[in-house]
Amino acid sequence: MSDLATLLESWEPVIGLEVHVQLACESKAFSPSATSFGAPPNSLTDPTVLGLPGALPTFNAHALELALRLGVATGAKIRARCRFARKHYFYPDLPKGYQISQYDEPLCEEGGIELWLGGVRKKVRLQRIHLEEDAGKNLHHGTASLVDLNRAGVPLCEVVTLPDLHSAEEAAEYMRALHRLVRWLGVGEGDMEKGQLRCDANVSVRRRGEDRLGVRTELKNINSFRFVHRAIEHEIARQVRILEDGGQVERETRLWDADAGVSQPMRSKEEIADYRYFPDPDLPPLAVDGPTMRKVITTMPELPVPRLERFMREYGLPFDDAALLTDDRERADYLDEAVRAAGDGALARPIASFMLTELLRVLDGQPIAKAPVAPAALAELIALVAGEVISGKIAKDVFAKMCASGEGAQHIVDRDDLRQISDEATLRGLCEELLAAHPRQVEQYRAGKDSLLGFFVGQLMKATGGKANPALSTKLLEQLLAAT
Amino acid sequence: MSAELAYAGAAELARRVRAREVSAVELTDAFLARIDAHDGALGAYLAVDHEGARNRALIVDAMIAAGQDPGPLAGVPVGVKDVIVTEGLVTTAASRILDGWVPPYDATAVARLRAAGAIVLGKLNCDEFAMGSSNERSGYRPCQNPWDLGRVPGGSSGGSAAAVAAGLAAATLGTDTGGSIRQPAAFCGVVGLKPTYGRVSRWGAIAFASSLDQIGPLAGSVEDCALLLEVIAGADPRDATSIDQPAPSLRPALTAGVAGLKVGLPREYFEGALDPEVAAAVRAAGDALVTAGAELREVTLPHTRFALPAYYVVAPAEAASNLARYDGVRFGHRGGGRELAEMYATTRAEGFGPEVKRRIMIGTYALRAGHYEAYYRKAQQVRALIKRDFDQAFEEVDVLLTPTTPTAAFARGEKAAPLDMYLADVFTLACNLAGIPGLAVPVGATASGLPIGAQLLGRALDEVTLVRAGAELERAFGTRRPPAYEGAA
Repeated sequence: MSDLATLLESWEPVIGLEVHVQLACESKAFSPSATSFGAPPNSLTDPTVLGLPGALPTFNAHALELALRLGVATGAKIRARCRFARKHYFYPDLPKGYQISQYDEPLCEEGGIELWLGGVRKKVRLQRIHLEEDAGKNLHHGTASLVDLNRAGVPLCEVVTLPDLHSAEEAAEYMRALHRLVRWLGVGEGDMEKGQLRCDANVSVRRRGEDRLGVRTELKNINSFRFVHRAIEHEIARQVRILEDGGQVERETRLWDADAGVSQPMRSKEEIADYRYFPDPDLPPLAVDGPTMRKVITTMPELPVPRLERFMREYGLPFDDAALLTDDRERADYLDEAVRAAGDGALARPIASFMLTELLRVLDGQPIAKAPVAPAALAELIALVAGEVISGKIAKDVFAKMCASGEGAQHIVDRDDLRQISDEATLRGLCEELLAAHPRQVEQYRAGKDSLLGFFVGQLMKATGGKANPALSTKLLEQLLAAT
Repeated sequence: MSAELAYAGAAELARRVRAREVSAVELTDAFLARIDAHDGALGAYLAVDHEGARNRALIVDAMIAAGQDPGPLAGVPVGVKDVIVTEGLVTTAASRILDGWVPPYDATAVARLRAAGAIVLGKLNCDEFAMGSSNERSGYRPCQNPWDLGRVPGGSSGGSAAAVAAGLAAATLGTDTGGSIRQPAAFCGVVGLKPTYGRVSRWGAIAFASSLDQIGPLAGSVEDCALLLEVIAGADPRDATSIDQPAPSLRPALTAGVAGLKVGLPREYFEGALDPEVAAAVRAAGDALVTAGAELREVTLPHTRFALPAYYVVAPAEAASNLARYDGVRFGHRGGGRELAEMYATTRAEGFGPEVKRRIMIGTYALRAGHYEAYYRKAQQVRALIKRDFDQAFEEVDVLLTPTTPTAAFARGEKAAPLDMYLADVFTLACNLAGIPGLAVPVGATASGLPIGAQLLGRALDEVTLVRAGAELERAFGTRRPPAYEGAA
């Protein structure tokens, strides 16, 4: 879309996101039914979930604690007392005819989520974080429509940004940052495929330099990270073309159709519903008490962005490595634990680089919790490399054996006699034998074919089963070849 | 059976069952026979559970035979207003929209009655979704007043009051949102107790107006109301608005007397369209309390006249929201239609009666964007003032004595205009808005023989004082039974 890139030199997109985050609660927001994914339709229900006459909601305090974690982590203002409100609309997947949400008294206001964009640290400001319950799901089979209420009543919090984002890339990066934060804090699983993180986007464009916001549209049903980017980029392009053609953007809600890669109008401004909000009389005001706040604050972990910066500062990691290693909290914990076990900050960088290459390759997409080698065991291995007991190449073999058997690095090295040959006299002898065995190549080298040094190193490694100290071997070979 | 048994009362019947003077099955059969004989003309019941009641009675008798105590309501046959859900027993809230709906669970109050040994005979008639003051708004059939079949039993808990008065249940449960226990109790000459808001769990009470609704007992005596409330009251984790207090001990107050009790007569409750016979009876009730050692004082509740308009914003607003779930999707009546919106429209048009529709319209209007501040929030502010009125009065007096209703039971069809009907609750609404408890007690009759009820209003959570003063009035005025039923088998 290079023509869009050109157009965006004169048009500025303005984007705000409303993201529903499913909270990692065992039971529903207002009743005891479980919240598991993939259960048979309508099996996770009870009188409250079904909206049966006479049933009442009681609030799941765990949901409050999780939402507070997100509020504290984003530096939001927390209301000591907030209220639930009823949001009314008729739809078959909404059993009571209203959703229990929050309206004029949300749990959290302001605050922000920090992220890195193209090497620049940016804070996306939040408007609010509020608690609410999910609706069920309508399934359409030919002419029949079926309703599954397993998801109805699942606890959510809605995280609403200010219009602080200015490109589809930024919006996608914000989603990744929120996803990371939610998982980091244990607030939710954040699996977009399972609908645990759902994004609605408010998009408008304006001429660069203009202060006033353009007319915005709301995009719904964006349910993967890839679609966040695609849907928003598509909407920006649509609006810019309308405005370039002298038209006007209509205030409307549009539904993103991922299969077709386009958005369709869902309802226009005139049809925008009146939700008739009012405080839910079944639920007393929600009070955030001291012990709960204390628990949330005292168990708050170091957050992803400060941790990334610490990895760069303390461990000397390059940005990309630090970013990868703080992509989830378990990875970052693994590194910190390994460095602590090594007892030497200088090993942080080789440990990190071994994690990013060998360990991630072995894990093949699985979470680090599945790592076959514990942090301290990895530290032991890297210390052997750093101490020149084994070479980096042998380290990979040792690592493979550690993965397979669970044995320690030192033990494997000793048992399999993998110690690097670093004794100069021994190595020199081996090199002299080698040169004597390959007189033709020695002659060619001396005639100026420098590239043959590699050949000699290779032959030496072959002869020693890879145990020759590579640096020392190279130095000795060079000396012997040069001498004459 | 003998009418003596039908009017012996819950406490006395439980005593006899526990003493093996009568079996629970005998009692249950006797009440069922009375219902079969008399309810056709009266209309107190919407559903009678012959089989379920007998089975439950067998269990109670078996427990007694095994030497176990079935509880303080052992074998007592009770009726339950149809807005309170009963597991396995059809519950409609007297609305066609819930035609044939069988709840999969018991209301907490019903579960507690059963756990105390009570036998649920059936479901009692009422105005649809408890919206009405005459029981004429039942979606099925009207209920009549046992004192005069041409008159209404009051509402919305008309069936609950009529069943007690006619000896078709030893005691009943009703609900009170703006007077729906007290007003029919007064019209039928029985005792009705609306507990403090939050005293009795609302779990299983089909919501009309959630911030006002309370379940409470109706019975032939103050003692029986006290006994039932002791059983059904107390915190419930399934109702977030239930008060975290154990059930109160009320029966000791029955014999405490009223010596030194300060009784207030709120001036505003004796003005306007108050029937002179009712006014005289209530003043006589005050005199009786003075004779028994109480002290009488006039007090003022200056915001009383705003109670009715505030109520008719709050209650319909909450009702419109609470009734949104009746959409034909999951239970109850479903109307036809080619698409979703049409199905919703026909379901609700066919299922709801005119009074319910009227209140949904009022409530929806009041909650519209931009209207909330002017209506619902304003009404809540008025509510705070009404509550403050009561708080100030209760600094001077321990209990308030008022008429329950402006007149005795009115004739069927007499109050055709909605506003006339709403005015029948003018003395009972403020109590719900303030969340305080109220007790209606018979204090004599009109010249034509219709019962008159006095209303006692107390401090929040102070049902004890209501029982104390109510028992005194009962001693002074006695209890009367409708002759047509008292004399019948």
